[in-house]
Amino acid sequence: MQQPPLKPHDMGGLPAGEVDRSEKEHVLWEKRVDAMMMLLQRPGIGLLTTDELRKNIEALGPEAYSAMSYYERWVAAIANTLLERGVITSEELGRRIEDVKKREEILP
Amino acid sequence: MSGSCVPFQVGDLVKVTQMFPLGHNRTPRYIMGHTGEICQVVGEFANPEELAYGRKGFPKKMLYRVRFDQASIWPEYGGAPQDKLEIELYQHWLAPASNRGVKT
Repeated sequence: MQQPPLKPHDMGGLPAGEVDRSEKEHVLWEKRVDAMMMLLQRPGIGLLTTDELRKNIEALGPEAYSAMSYYERWVAAIANTLLERGVITSEELGRRIEDVKKREEILP
Repeated sequence: MSGSCVPFQVGDLVKVTQMFPLGHNRTPRYIMGHTGEICQVVGEFANPEELAYGRKGFPKKMLYRVRFDQASIWPEYGGAPQDKLEIELYQHWLAPASNRGVKT
């Protein structure tokens, strides 16, 4: 049967090489992304489901999927979900990112 | 054959449907086309293929734990012949099967 190419997340059975079992310390922004994910999913808030997160991670495309770290994929997928749901607009996100960049330039 | 709507029971043999739709689903490619045995009826859950697009996920779909022979999945499997793989799959990805067999 002719099969379409595998999506980047669908890697079961592919050669993986050595498994890196070292423990990694999460940095602050990664913890914040995790916290944001928990809050958005919370009953009563309900602005995102795990399934939407997964779908949007899968939609990043093979290049981004392999280039981005675990939490980079999360934060991109969270942003896309909130855009799809109309929680934020692209303009708001763009302006906010620029504001944060300026703030970092001011700080030593 | 398309996915069955009749609920399966523990011990039933099922074949995983080969289909490649756009959209989000939870059936990995490596298991498609293989035949396994229902080892647990996990229960009904909102359909992740719908939840992924911000919808409610109704009607709910029955989820099963299905057991496969490792040696039948991987052509060059080097482990023990009795080794099993268990994976959770939704009703609409499963079709009744009459006998264990190689992937077709």
